[in-house]
Formats: sequence, structure tokens, C-alpha cells
Amino acid sequence: MATAVTADQRRADELGVIARKQRSLWRDALWRLMRNRAAIVGMVVIGVAAIVALFAGVLAPYDPVTYQNTPKALMEPIWTQFFGSKFTDPGYILGSDALGRDILSRLMYAARISLVVGFVPVSLVFLIGATIGMLSGYLGGWVDNLLMRFTDIIYAFPDLLFLVIIVATLRGTAFGEILGGLVLIFVALAIISWVGLARLVRGQVLSLKHREFIEAARCIGVPPTRIMIRHLFPNILAPVIVSIAFAIPGAMLAEATLSFLGIGIRPPTPTWGGMINEGFVVFSTTPWPVLLPALCISTVLLAFTFVGDGLRDALDPRMKI
Amino acid sequence: MLRYVIRRLLLIIPTMFFVALITFTLALAAPGSPFDRNVTRPLSQETLERFNRYYGLDRPIPEQFVIYLGNLLRGDLGTSLTSRRPVVDLIGQGIGTTAQLGVQALLFALAFSIPLGIISALKQNTPIDYLSLLVATVGTTIPGFVTAIFLIYIFGVQFHLLPFVGWGSWQHMVMPTFVLALGPGAFLTRITRASMLEAIRQDYVRTARSKGLREQAVIVGHALKNALIPVATVIGPAAAFLITGSFIIESLFSVPGIGRLYVQSIQGRDYPMVMSTTMLYAFVIMIANITVDIVYGVLDPRIKVS
Repeated sequence: MATAVTADQRRADELGVIARKQRSLWRDALWRLMRNRAAIVGMVVIGVAAIVALFAGVLAPYDPVTYQNTPKALMEPIWTQFFGSKFTDPGYILGSDALGRDILSRLMYAARISLVVGFVPVSLVFLIGATIGMLSGYLGGWVDNLLMRFTDIIYAFPDLLFLVIIVATLRGTAFGEILGGLVLIFVALAIISWVGLARLVRGQVLSLKHREFIEAARCIGVPPTRIMIRHLFPNILAPVIVSIAFAIPGAMLAEATLSFLGIGIRPPTPTWGGMINEGFVVFSTTPWPVLLPALCISTVLLAFTFVGDGLRDALDPRMKI
Repeated sequence: MLRYVIRRLLLIIPTMFFVALITFTLALAAPGSPFDRNVTRPLSQETLERFNRYYGLDRPIPEQFVIYLGNLLRGDLGTSLTSRRPVVDLIGQGIGTTAQLGVQALLFALAFSIPLGIISALKQNTPIDYLSLLVATVGTTIPGFVTAIFLIYIFGVQFHLLPFVGWGSWQHMVMPTFVLALGPGAFLTRITRASMLEAIRQDYVRTARSKGLREQAVIVGHALKNALIPVATVIGPAAAFLITGSFIIESLFSVPGIGRLYVQSIQGRDYPMVMSTTMLYAFVIMIANITVDIVYGVLDPRIKVS
């Protein structure tokens, strides 16, 4: 590297201009992202949620699953005592649910499920979607035909409808019971969402594969696998990153919706959607067991959207919608 | 154009076939029989066999699928296992309410999103633009059931302004319609804004201005006319959004439509009901998508429809 810098320097001296350190496109994008205030706020919120989820075992004051003493059921958050509520208990900062379980502890453990559902299926989607999209776009032929026919059918179903019918029918099977239904949700989400990414990657590859730099690589005998990995992949990464940034909150939202409908993660494992479902029965008298998880979902989803918007603006300023 | 329309319409057949195949396979993979619900007093072997024979569940699986397809073609969607009534009747009973809710929500979404998107584009980077972007971001990000919960809390529980259980009077319709409209509306706002921003920078708009047209005529007659074309394409996805939204919103507000029926039949493992409703939804969405593609071709002849 040292010689390169001096060579640049020498050339710059010859031309009589000031040599400037080269900045990569990625560094530029990072700089733009860091100047986006909403994206920074989003990242901080996600960071806090991740720390809470990771250390829920240490931070949570109670066990989220075992029942506490029932006389302490449906306690209200401690600040409501200043507004005349008699049902507060200093032990339960955010109150308790109908079974006397501490809401704060349950919210903390539920953050785990939400984040895991956000990241694990999306990694699967990335692996499957990017590989198939790349093969389909670059090689064409029957792989491409098959993919396009398959996407036509998947697109006739709205995502959530498909997800609901897969999860509803398979959750009673042995497979649907692994980890309280978590694995089924991972797989179902992956099955539905890889198609969109594959289509995106395919389109990008199609637009690039006749460009000069790919032709040049082909001319000097670079094997197809290497062209795809070393030459095509880095050039399509930006839209893929943006699409994944939006897929994460999408997956979290899907899990919350399923749990809210009562066909998501099995109780007693706490999830934000499940807490809303369980608390809704007593909503008109004690709204807190529903309002608090609703607040958590909204905050985290907004945070991810802000980061996604920031990434989109940073990586491709032309894509602004 | 006609050939394109015919091809798109013919494509419905294989797609619906696969949708039927997928729902059928999934329903088959589901464990448990609809008749083993009562654990304390299980049905006798003989009764069970009679039930299975009556509902055709003793036939080979491929044959069951063929029978199912044949019945679908004749408009016989089977009998609900929980209420013992024909699925067609149950769907017929709820479809009016669901359609009314959906149409109201779509109209409301269009009514607020298009003006908001236009104003926001004309006054780019002003407070009103930021406000509409914030509304659009929140509307697309926060799930409908969460928004519904906050609204029920404020207007239903705290101030008793609006009822939040049931359907009938206009007061009952306010909250479900608003919540259902929010998602598609927010999305439409974004699209309208983006497409209007592009339109007002075009040469023909500059020409219209330079020949001395009033600003109003320039915006409405020239820019808007072209800016709304992409908006039309969003109505297909919006239909999908309204359908998936409807079963959550209907369950939450106890609206007696097919959305709530769908959720109930999922929870009650009523497979004929689940399968038929899924098929119906897929069909409606496919028709919406095809209509949008055709309308798009008519509105904008530059689009090649091959």
C-alpha cells in the first residue's frame, strides 16, 4: 500500500494537483448513513432492544413464564397511582397480566423472539434467494423458466394469506411444535419471501450481464462461478441490502400478526403479538397488558424502517421514493 | 391488446389449479380429524367411518382432489365442518359486509392519499411535506391491529366516542374503515408524491407554464393527468392489502364478514371453509392484478404489453 500512495503522490505532483485519499463507494454510503438522524435514532433503538433481548435473563426482575401469586394479577403500571389507581404494586413496575406475571419481564423476553424472527429467516432468504436469483439470471434456461412460473403462482397469494394457511395447517404436526412453533415460522417465512429477493437479484443480474466488465471477464476465461461471486455479486449488493433491511421488520410484523391471531408462537412463551392477543379480553377495563406490547412493536418496527430508509438513501440516492 | 388480455385470462386456470393443489396438500398435511374434537366422549369407530364415508374422506387422496376440483368448478365449495352449513351460504352471508368495508376503506384511502401526495410534492421540503412523509412512514410501518388498539383505547375506552364491537350504524364503521384504509393510504401517498415530483419536472409542464397557462391548469390538466398513471398500478397490491387487513380488522372489531369467518375457521380447523376462502381471496387478487395491468396498458399506450 505504501508504494501505491507514493505513486499516486508522484503522479499528482506531476499534474500539479493535490492528491486526495481515494474513498470507496461503501465509505461514502456509510458517511451518508451516519448523517441521517432518523437512521441513527433507529440504530440506537435497535441496539437497546438487542441488549435487552440478549441480557433478558439478567435484567428481567421475574421469570416471564411461571405464574406469580394471583392476588397480584392485573396490577397497573406504578405511575398510574398518581392518577388515582389503587391497583399498583412497587414490585411490578409495568404492572402484571391476568395470570399475575410481570409485564416488564415478559416484554423483555418477547424482544428475544421478535429479533430472532427478524434475523434468522431473513438470513435463510438471503442465502436461497440470492443463489437462485443469480443462477436464474446469469444462466437462464429451465432454471429461469421454473423460477418465473413459480413466482407467478406465489404472487397470486398475498404473503400474509399464504403464511397464515401454511402455519395454520402445519402447526399441529410434530414439525410445527419444535421450539414452540418458532422453527415452523422460520421455514414458512423463508418459503414465502425468498421469491421476492430471487426476482430482484435476477433483474439486477440481467441488467448487468451484458455490460463490458462482465464480457471482459468472460473473454479472459473467468469461470462462471467466479464471475457470479466476484464480479456480479458486489455490484448487485446495494439493492439487496436495502431489500433485506426492509425484510427484517416485515418478518417481525408477520410473527406479531400470527401470534396476535393465536396461531404464532405457542404460549406460555412471551411474544408481543401473543401478549396483545391474551390481554385483549380485559382490554376495556385494564388496557396496559395490551398497550405496552403494542408500544414495543411500534417502536421497534419504526426503528427498523428508519434504518432501512437511511440505507436506501445512502446506498442509492436515485432510488428515493 | 386483445391477445394479451386473453392470455392473461387464460393464465388464471393453471394458477388457480396450483393454488387449489397447495391448499389441498396443506389441509391434508394438517394433523387431526375434524371429528376427534370431543376428547371425553370420542365417537365410536362405526360413526367415525360413517362420517368419513359421508364426507368422502375414505377415498384415495388423488381421487379426493379430483372430486374437490370438480365440485369447485360447479360452484360447490363443500360443507363447513363446524356449522354443518354449505360454505357458499356462509361466504354469501359475510361477503356483503366485507366488500362494503373494503370499498369504503379503498375510497377513503384514495380520498386522503392523493391530495396529500400532490400537496406534499408541490411543497417539497416544507413542514407539510415532512408531515405527510411521517404519516406515510407510520402508516406503512405500524401494523393495523396495533393502530386499532391505540384508537380503541382513545376513542372507545377513554372517551366513549365510538363503539368498537359489531357492525351496523355509521359509528360502528368509522374505526374499522379508518384503520383498514391507513396502510394502503400511506402507501398511495408515497407513490403519488414520488410520481408527482417526477411529473412537475418534465418538459411538457414547463411548456404549459411558458405558454401562460394558469398554475391550476398546469397542475391539474397536465402534471396530474400523467402523475396518476403509476398510482393506478398500486390498486392491485392495495386489494391484497385490504383482504389480508380485513381478517385482522374484522376479528378485532367483531365485524361479521368473511375475514372474521376465515380466522374463526382457522382456529376451529374447519378445512373446507379455510380452503374455499383462500381460493376466493387468491381469485379476487388475481382479477385485481389483471384488471390493473389492462387498465395500465389503456392509460399509458407507451407500455408494451407483450
